[in-house]
Amino acid sequence: MIEKTDVVIIGAGPVGLFAIFELGLLNISCHVIDNLNKLGGQCAELYPEKPIYDIPSRVSISGQELIDDLLAQAKPFRPVYHLSQQVDKIEKLDSNEWLVKTSVNKTIQAKCIVIAAGAGSFVPRKIPFKDIKHLEEKNIIYAVRNKSILEEKDLLIVGGGDSALDWTNELSKIANVTLMHRRKEFKAAPDSVSKMHELEKDKKVNFLLGQIQNIEDLNNGKIKVFTKNNEETTNFEVDYLLPFFGLKMELGPIANWGLNLDRNLLKVDTEKFETSVPSIFAIGDINTYPGKLKLILSGFHEAALMAQECFKYCFPDKKNIFRYTTSSKELQKKLTST
Amino acid sequence: MKITITDRDGNKQILEGDSNSTLMEIIRDEGIDIEAACGGCCACATCHVYVDNKWLNKIDPKDDDEESMLDQAFDVRINSRLSCQINLSDELDGLELELAPE
Repeated sequence: MIEKTDVVIIGAGPVGLFAIFELGLLNISCHVIDNLNKLGGQCAELYPEKPIYDIPSRVSISGQELIDDLLAQAKPFRPVYHLSQQVDKIEKLDSNEWLVKTSVNKTIQAKCIVIAAGAGSFVPRKIPFKDIKHLEEKNIIYAVRNKSILEEKDLLIVGGGDSALDWTNELSKIANVTLMHRRKEFKAAPDSVSKMHELEKDKKVNFLLGQIQNIEDLNNGKIKVFTKNNEETTNFEVDYLLPFFGLKMELGPIANWGLNLDRNLLKVDTEKFETSVPSIFAIGDINTYPGKLKLILSGFHEAALMAQECFKYCFPDKKNIFRYTTSSKELQKKLTST
Repeated sequence: MKITITDRDGNKQILEGDSNSTLMEIIRDEGIDIEAACGGCCACATCHVYVDNKWLNKIDPKDDDEESMLDQAFDVRINSRLSCQINLSDELDGLELELAPE
């Protein structure tokens, strides 16, 4: 089934969310796609608790508060969010509209695409060894999709954050789990840490200090993981290695869409913030132009100007009358309706 | 002030430091391949460097935030630091460091 909308926004960070509002003021409907399983991009994922001091009129606001407020501001326009998926492919139709296809096989048809993808999409950070690519998804699992393949297997989980601890506790019910972390202190929630220590006491989890040094393919379905703690080295034969080293950002499939790039950033003009391909726009940290400053407030400005141009693609026969939210009855009605 | 940096291929390069900057900013602005994804607020671990041992006690020690962020880095050593958390000062003239793997 193809879902239809006016604009697909790629990226649910602060700038993508504000774009919903600016487009909404012009009666343009939006679907928003993000690879994370939550809204807010970097603000919510990397620094939800950290104060931001350069949002106009907000003396100090945390990353998460900013996102919560932007979501509330966008709400009257009833955006549709599609989370935990990446836009893999875009395709131009004869009607000049776009088909946007995501990694979970969702297809959305839209008149414009707005790329607000920040530094790219968040993906698990991989182990930086060159010759282990062939082991990924085979013996090295960065994201658990199917627990059942891990049943009764020997697992080495590495990391000290919530993902590492949650999976250690969960998978210890069905598999032989060793958890390795570089130090005794954990960043994960204290509850999951004490749970893990209880499981360790009951010999359901084996916990040890150390870091990965090397990985060898044993060619019998298993791998040997060489580890080191201070100067002490050891190794394990396991079925699966599950490293949880947080997330990193990658430009991903956007690089293959034929848009003009400058060092992994999308080149845009400063009047419409349109890329080298008509009806595809780029706003926020992902774009570049002379004088660009990577600030959230710059992205907000870019969103407002982008929306003006999107209007022409969405309503080619209509005249766009510029109105203020302070004076337009129509806008006020829209913004205050629930 | 001068900073000597060894990249991941083992090449050495001398950078001009500045006491108003962090180490990460100097490395990034020189165009050296350091991701520094979060922009310097100690919220990722993509500006990981190894500081030459003889400079370790001249630099302000790591705080808890930096220590726990290093959990996301690979091959963390005693001299591991996140370069965004190192404020340069004239006392660090001659600093030597190496980029960590990414």
